Amino acid sequence: MAGKEVSVLVGGRAGDGINSAGAVIAHFLNHLGYVPYLYFDYPSLIRGGHNFGIIRGSEKPIGVHHDAVDFVLALNQETVFRHRARFHEGTVILFNADVVHADGQGVPVKKILLEEKAPAIMGNSAVIGAFAKAAGIPWDTVNAVFSAHMPKGADLNLRVARRAYDQCSTVLTIPPLGDRRLSLITGNEAIGLGMVAGGLSAYVSYPMTPSSSLLHFLAENAERFGITVVHPENEIAVMLMALGLSYGGQRAAVGTSGGGFCLMTEGLSLAGMAEIPVVLVVSQRTGPSTGLPTYSAQSDLHFILNAGQGEFPRFVVAPADAQEAFFWSAVAMNIAWKYQIPAFILADKTLSEGVYGVDPSKIADVRQDGLLSWDGTEPYRRYADTPSGISPLTFPGTKGAVVKVNSYAHDESGITTEDAGTVVQMTDKRVRKAASLSTEMESYKTVLTEGVPGATTAIACWGSTKGVCSEVAEELGLRTIQPVMMSPFPTGQCTKALAGIRRLIVVEENANGQLAALLRLNGIPHDATVLQYDGRPFTPDTLLSRVRKVIV
Amino acid sequence: MTERPLITDAQNTWCPGCGNFTIQHTLKAVLSDMEKEGKSLDDVVLVTGIGCHAKMADYLNINSFYAIHGRAVPVATGIKLANKRLTVICCVGDGDAYAEGLDHLIFAAKRNIDITVLVHNNRVYGLTTGQYTPTSPLGFRGRSTPSGTPEYPLNPLELMLASGATYIARGYTKKMDQLNHLVRGGIGHKGFACIDILQICATFFNMTDFYNTRVYDLPDGDKGDFLSACQKAREWDYNSESNIALGLFYQRSFPTFEDRVIRKPVQKPDRKGVIGEFLKAHQ
Repeated sequence: MAGKEVSVLVGGRAGDGINSAGAVIAHFLNHLGYVPYLYFDYPSLIRGGHNFGIIRGSEKPIGVHHDAVDFVLALNQETVFRHRARFHEGTVILFNADVVHADGQGVPVKKILLEEKAPAIMGNSAVIGAFAKAAGIPWDTVNAVFSAHMPKGADLNLRVARRAYDQCSTVLTIPPLGDRRLSLITGNEAIGLGMVAGGLSAYVSYPMTPSSSLLHFLAENAERFGITVVHPENEIAVMLMALGLSYGGQRAAVGTSGGGFCLMTEGLSLAGMAEIPVVLVVSQRTGPSTGLPTYSAQSDLHFILNAGQGEFPRFVVAPADAQEAFFWSAVAMNIAWKYQIPAFILADKTLSEGVYGVDPSKIADVRQDGLLSWDGTEPYRRYADTPSGISPLTFPGTKGAVVKVNSYAHDESGITTEDAGTVVQMTDKRVRKAASLSTEMESYKTVLTEGVPGATTAIACWGSTKGVCSEVAEELGLRTIQPVMMSPFPTGQCTKALAGIRRLIVVEENANGQLAALLRLNGIPHDATVLQYDGRPFTPDTLLSRVRKVIV
Repeated sequence: MTERPLITDAQNTWCPGCGNFTIQHTLKAVLSDMEKEGKSLDDVVLVTGIGCHAKMADYLNINSFYAIHGRAVPVATGIKLANKRLTVICCVGDGDAYAEGLDHLIFAAKRNIDITVLVHNNRVYGLTTGQYTPTSPLGFRGRSTPSGTPEYPLNPLELMLASGATYIARGYTKKMDQLNHLVRGGIGHKGFACIDILQICATFFNMTDFYNTRVYDLPDGDKGDFLSACQKAREWDYNSESNIALGLFYQRSFPTFEDRVIRKPVQKPDRKGVIGEFLKAHQ
């Protein structure tokens, strides 16, 4: 164990319950005072294949897992073979002795289950019990975590775990760090909560990994959050239904991944022309096309920035972790309705499905600005020309207002026009909205920096790779520069953040360097890129060696 | 109470003799009657696709969402979900709803969302100057099929029956009184109403003589029998020379989509509370 941190790998077949085992272990580390992070790696199938999770705990904030692991929970033999390169000489292996041969402590899972008359699905709990003992985790902690985080059968699971706990011995104690307890949530849950805080009232989505867990989360909690959740026939309907909901007065959002977003682009352009607010959550996976459905990528940035025919303002943010995802999702809701534009929350598989520790006290109030609403002067003109470009917004059903929205070029009252002067007037109005938005966003910190302030070499990154880049920057004495807002692009804040930097290295999970191109487009040159596009997130170990090679 | 002018100042650009005028007058009359009966037209929304039919959004002085080709129905579904109090009427074309947006039409019927869809079925693409549509007869010579379409038409009434629509009717733009009755009935029906309107396209496919010699009115009475409705819907397949029934084919009452899915919104202070609760439960 290097410093005050620990990494645990749990592996098995799909259907072995790797996710729930990983979550329980993450909660153990949380109870011991560590900042937990959980990475899930799984193929696109329902049964069989190899699933694994790496749970890392650290005294410092983290957003990435390590290659090397201190503990292994092997539910099948493949876990031991496949991950051998991750083991070090002190790695402790706990395994299901019925099916795995390994050096370490084996647990007679079948026997324990038989003795407790427990179903096969509880076999995990035996191996978890063994891990808890091996890691010197107090039984009280095991008891507390099982009781709080197991929706059903906690008692029986605890009895199963206890038998294994009593049969094993402590070999590598994870030292407790204190009482601080974070909330363990996935990136998608953070996005959902942020949108709810920002006023979400309807969520429309068609299932597509890695956005589906957001649909599931909001559908499961619809009653609690007071929202309507709809899963329509396809992503075209998703987008159009959301626009109908928004026009009708609801704060609507949609969620998808790249392939689904392809189908939403005609509706996106409609939102741009008709000035209908909507929030889009797009979680990237490896493309092109079906690609690697359950793996990550940062290859849709330019697609999101440029999707849809014609020119119209859009707001795009790419948060890095759950804390940022909560904040910026709430901001996206606010901005979409304030400016009557589409607002994107651009995520990826790593962020969407990773589990992060967030401090509930930092999930604070989010701003919800009032809408520029109609003062009742008739006739209501949906596209009234104003200095800010923002027209007063009202909804059908409002007394005395005829609310006409239109996909065609239109005049201020929403009637179709082909008049050149009116077309220019309305286009200028939308351009002014973009300028107003840029001005407002100057009051937000849209470019985040970490690492060593006086450094002359910087890593530029975006989205979920921020965690790994920060660690590498810390290690190498560099600065990180992370634009969270991608549109409108914060050139001013970027330039300020780059003051004193002589060498800029751009780190991204794509093959063409999309942030690098965006920086270049905005007059910010870079010196090198470090790119990875195998669907797997960078780890500190691999990124460190690759960045070292491009530091002069 | 002064009644609002129902027609906007937008210049009307339909061809002389176009069946769309009949549909416009019908809607105007229906809206006017509704207003006289105490319904506020502030609570009525018109959603259109793209095509000649869709100009209705510009011409009628009511709330409107001039959408995109084929997508009026999902927009209308969203509007109804947003505010159940609104009366949502869709004007769509046959190319619009039976080709580009067919999936949405089927799913709206399947859900029984309480909207009324008027299909301006002129059986030809007008605005794109004369190509065959899903309801053009076999052999229709359009600009994309100069030697005749090799496809049989689909029968929208049969399709709507199979999809679960709860109000299915056929009107004709040369029979305005009947059309008025059918549209009123569709709007009054709580559930998904689809009215296929045989609309004359004076420029690209004038079927006036063909229709006038074949149409007849369905008798009034109970319309709840699915099999008789199917049988009646199959009498004319949009291709043959047989008689063409007009009127209400099928109607039944059934729970609507919006009544099943809409939830009471939680106000902001409560939201903060539930978010806090969620985070606490995950500590």
